[in-house]
Amino acid sequence: MPVIAVENLSKTYWVSERAPGTWGALKSLVHRRHRAVEALGGISFTIQPGELVGYIGPNGAGKSTTVKVLSGILVPSGGAVTVLGRTPWQERAAHVAHIGVVFGQRTQLWWDLPVIESFDLLREIYRVPREDYRKTLDELVETMALSELLDTPVRLLSLGQRMRCDLAAALLHRPELLFLDEPTIGLDAIAKLTVRNLVKRLNRDQGLTVILTTHDMDDIESLCSRVILINRGKILLDGTLERMRQLVTTERRLVIILADESTWIDGVQARVIHRDGARLTLSFDPDQISAAELIGDITSHYPIRDLYVEAAPIEEIVAQIYQDTHT
Amino acid sequence: MAKLQDTLLLYARYVGVSVRSQMQYRASFVMLTFATMLISGLEFVATWALFDRFGSLAGWTLPEAALLYGLVNMAFALAEGWARGFDEFGQMVKSGGFDRLLLRPRSTALQVAGHHVQLMRIGRLAQGAVVFIWAATRLQVAWSPPRVLLCLLAIAGGAALFSGLMVLQATFAFWSTESLEVFNTVTYGGVETTQYPLTVYRDGFRRFFTYVVPLATVTYYPALAVLGRSDPLGSSLSFQYASPLFGFLFLIVCLRVWNLGVRHYHSTGS
Repeated sequence: MPVIAVENLSKTYWVSERAPGTWGALKSLVHRRHRAVEALGGISFTIQPGELVGYIGPNGAGKSTTVKVLSGILVPSGGAVTVLGRTPWQERAAHVAHIGVVFGQRTQLWWDLPVIESFDLLREIYRVPREDYRKTLDELVETMALSELLDTPVRLLSLGQRMRCDLAAALLHRPELLFLDEPTIGLDAIAKLTVRNLVKRLNRDQGLTVILTTHDMDDIESLCSRVILINRGKILLDGTLERMRQLVTTERRLVIILADESTWIDGVQARVIHRDGARLTLSFDPDQISAAELIGDITSHYPIRDLYVEAAPIEEIVAQIYQDTHT
Repeated sequence: MAKLQDTLLLYARYVGVSVRSQMQYRASFVMLTFATMLISGLEFVATWALFDRFGSLAGWTLPEAALLYGLVNMAFALAEGWARGFDEFGQMVKSGGFDRLLLRPRSTALQVAGHHVQLMRIGRLAQGAVVFIWAATRLQVAWSPPRVLLCLLAIAGGAALFSGLMVLQATFAFWSTESLEVFNTVTYGGVETTQYPLTVYRDGFRRFFTYVVPLATVTYYPALAVLGRSDPLGSSLSFQYASPLFGFLFLIVCLRVWNLGVRHYHSTGS
């Protein structure tokens, strides 16, 4: 049985327009002018247990609306949603007891108190039996290296430390499904890597199903085998990263470092798109020439010190897709 | 019943967390508590001055009025303390903090109340208690168990009613980001109004605080029973004893309205 089954989900917001001020507020209680804004225009997908899915799209694409519906905050205008066998908005309390949600922008920990106090209170809120809580907490402290942070007030934690604690807080009740909303936003390089590794391990070792929304394409590239790309309330693509690349271009890149800076490369089936001293970036189409052939061709004609093949950065791919759908 | 116990237990936890949070800023807490005590103390000086000048008000002596004053202020202090989260609720909706509460398997009203338990209101509570005790010793009232119980009920009923008002005001935030000062007028005006015997007011005013927002009902009538005064408006003794219940009723109605607001939020998300 899938963890999430979404069918033809739609959501239309009614944005009210009203005069400013208290009088306007009062007047709008009686009479308002409304404008319909379609946030989701009938999307469908299923997610199986243990998947780690990247849910991406530009700002205002409908990402957070989807997450809000799936997590039971928002009632959709149409369509059917089943998450862990329940309709989220019909059984809010039962539903949220089985999911975990982390917002990168907002902590759910109590600002002035040591981390452990927040954890203890969450135990009470989620009605986790003491015995189970002990066990889970020990595990989390171990895997996330939290032992030194537990007694520190949240306001004194660095952003990276806080994110680790927030991640742990969302897992105390052992959810089967985890929503991560921009979990690496604002983190430094090392903290980003730490968070990614943690998420990867939770997914791999414990079979936790994870839905990740992010603007950081490195997150997607290092974590997600599957990507759902959404824009203007419609799914543009649901598949592997590789398929997403192909959607835009099959282009590959060959970076070569020449032995001699003055060499000019000519007459190969590739285009020089960037040159920085002895370092050249060539673009080629693998349908026309394989990487092996191209490399053979170049090395037989020119002295090369080093070379490697790379795919177009996912960042550029996504920017390209966003741009295409905007025009 | 088990559910209620569970809920109260969690609320107690929230109180604990709030206490420890606020104790992080001990000096500020102490000063704010004293400040609230002083401010509400000064208010009473005004009442005292009034009686000093006129001797009595609508037939009430100063200690009698002080008893009423104590009841109302203790009730208000309790409500302000435990329902402070509702006061800040507009901000919570704006910042998206309310989403977090919906993501937890507990009642939203409980979580909003627990979000901020304001301890410095102990200042007003203490001031109300001092005035009440002073009045109690001055009056020739036989403090029988039913009378003591009635006083406690009146404080609890009043607290429930003031809380209901705060819940109602917070509920408005589901529909608009504007804060409605009208509510503050009723809440704070209500405190001011019901500190004095109901009979000093005109009919319309009296009816408003009896039937619409039954603030006078929950404090004035019990005070009559405790003082053993006959009611110029002709209420019976049994009604006077039962009247604090209207405070709880009012709160229940307000919580129902709150749930409507939560449902509205579910469909709009803002």
